[in-house]
Amino acid sequence: MKSGRFWAWVVFAVGAAYFFVPLIATLEFSMRMRRGVYSFDAYKVVLGDIHFQQSFGFSVIAAIFTIIVGVLIVVPAAYWIRLRLPGLRPIVEFITLLPLVIPAIVIVFGYIRMYGSNSPLPFLASASGTNVLLVFGYATLALPYMYRAVDTGLRTIDVRTLTEAAQILGAGWVTIIARVILPNVLIAVLSGAFLTFAIVIGEFTMASLLNRPAFGPYLQNMGANRAYEPAALAIIAFAITWGCMSLIQILSRFAPKSTAR
Amino acid sequence: MADPFLSIQHVRKSFANATVVQDFNLDVGAGEFVSFLGPSGCGKTTVLRMVAGFEEPTSGAIMIGGKDVTRLKPNQRNIGMVFQAYALFPNLTVAQNIAFGLRVAKVPKADADRRVAEMLKLISLPNLGDRFPYQLSGGQQQRVALARAIAPKPKVLLLDEPLSALDAKVRVSLREEIRQIQKDLGITTVFVTHDQEEALSISDRIVVMYGGRAEQVGTPFEIYNRPQTRFVASFVGTLNILKAKVLNGATGTIAIDGQQVTASGMKNDATNGAERSVALRPEAVSLNGIGGQRNKLDGTIEEVNFLGSVVRIRVRFQENSVSLDTFNNPNAPPPKHGEKVTVSFAPEDLLVLEGEAPN
Repeated sequence: MKSGRFWAWVVFAVGAAYFFVPLIATLEFSMRMRRGVYSFDAYKVVLGDIHFQQSFGFSVIAAIFTIIVGVLIVVPAAYWIRLRLPGLRPIVEFITLLPLVIPAIVIVFGYIRMYGSNSPLPFLASASGTNVLLVFGYATLALPYMYRAVDTGLRTIDVRTLTEAAQILGAGWVTIIARVILPNVLIAVLSGAFLTFAIVIGEFTMASLLNRPAFGPYLQNMGANRAYEPAALAIIAFAITWGCMSLIQILSRFAPKSTAR
Repeated sequence: MADPFLSIQHVRKSFANATVVQDFNLDVGAGEFVSFLGPSGCGKTTVLRMVAGFEEPTSGAIMIGGKDVTRLKPNQRNIGMVFQAYALFPNLTVAQNIAFGLRVAKVPKADADRRVAEMLKLISLPNLGDRFPYQLSGGQQQRVALARAIAPKPKVLLLDEPLSALDAKVRVSLREEIRQIQKDLGITTVFVTHDQEEALSISDRIVVMYGGRAEQVGTPFEIYNRPQTRFVASFVGTLNILKAKVLNGATGTIAIDGQQVTASGMKNDATNGAERSVALRPEAVSLNGIGGQRNKLDGTIEEVNFLGSVVRIRVRFQENSVSLDTFNNPNAPPPKHGEKVTVSFAPEDLLVLEGEAPN
């Protein structure tokens, strides 16, 4: 028993080192911009860079729209599948997993072919059209995470009985989703939203190939031309992702508790 | 019955190849409390769900207050329903749960608040309006569910096994409370249960269902004492079912394992010589002719189970046997296995069941 625990700790330590050592090294390197002393100069340069502010702002707005699109598509779809079409669940789950299997570059080339300036739907002919396409592309990439988060949330409540209880009290579909279903899966939706946010902030392929000024291409550009700033940016990106994860954990404590039986 | 308030007319429901409800007919008077009683899968919940509008009948019609509601959606029927699983909205407080239907109906806030307070008082939880459902016991949650269902003043109240998730003690007190509230409000109520004691204790009438059909509709007294079919006889209460031969249909004379007895409930259409099933409640049978009843059967003690205050005795004739309960008497030991005894019962306690006796 004791020997088993020892080896468990060894495995844990090796895993933690594999994860943390490069991170600590990156942090340490990012603070060596000023010769001889540790400083936050690289962070000051990055945060003061107008391109950082613009690209980060662009990605934040894109993330917000992606979350809205994702919620509007996934919540009613996952709800309806649980309520009326449970037989379709394996198929829908398979479809939502496809973005994990199909590389983003394939999706984006498909977009370029389908929505190029000579196509019947020339989204790529204008910047705003391309932004719309980018948001839908991001929503596709975030689909596995958003769908799973919402579906898990729906699993914790008795969707059918709650729906029927609301219906018999006179409620229509909009009221049922807005006042009964959504508040009870809100934490799950927020989890999906934060995961989506983290994905959009770091996404490179789509933004780069669609030539949008997002944070991902900015990170790549900095990495190719500077020394200390990319390390600082990597740490900032990590901090954003971890911040999102922490918010999910904190918010999950406020989830409506299911009734005692 | 005067004009029925709820009328279920020739309703049938099929799912794929299976017909779960077959030609179901029932008229429920205004303010009446009717229970659907039957085993799992007998179609009772399906009928209730068709009244609620959650299932659409394959054929037939459902009328409420003279209006055909068969094709109306559940939110257009003005029906209240209490579910087995409570179905309280976890994100809303008790008061908000009760007010839900009122808010949907756009009742002014002051009126809604007044109604919620009235409902909380009715269910004896006047100080728990701010609690969330998870902070309540099962019995309290079901009372809140009842208050929520009746707050919008529905035309009909449907109760889908509302007591089955509760423990025995709470069940008894809550069913009495439900009945009292129903009587006070005079609301037409349909109650689904598989618990015969529940149905017998609170209903004006009981519909015993089996295989998607209404086997018998009657008052609790009729259902218990005068079951019309073999299923009703075996499902409601404990019954001894015996195979008998009709000797004289007109006088009600029958033979059980060759011994002649009289059944006052025998219909004149019974053909002499026909095999019929007859039933006897254990409490109607006495040992060794106590009580001077007319029907007597000689048999042998087959089994004696001493249960403390009660002794359960099985007496075998030949092919048939009866169980009977006697009170324990410390001064008279129970009969012994193999002892010859005589059992007796009144002719009116011998229930003649419909149809030929099965082989």
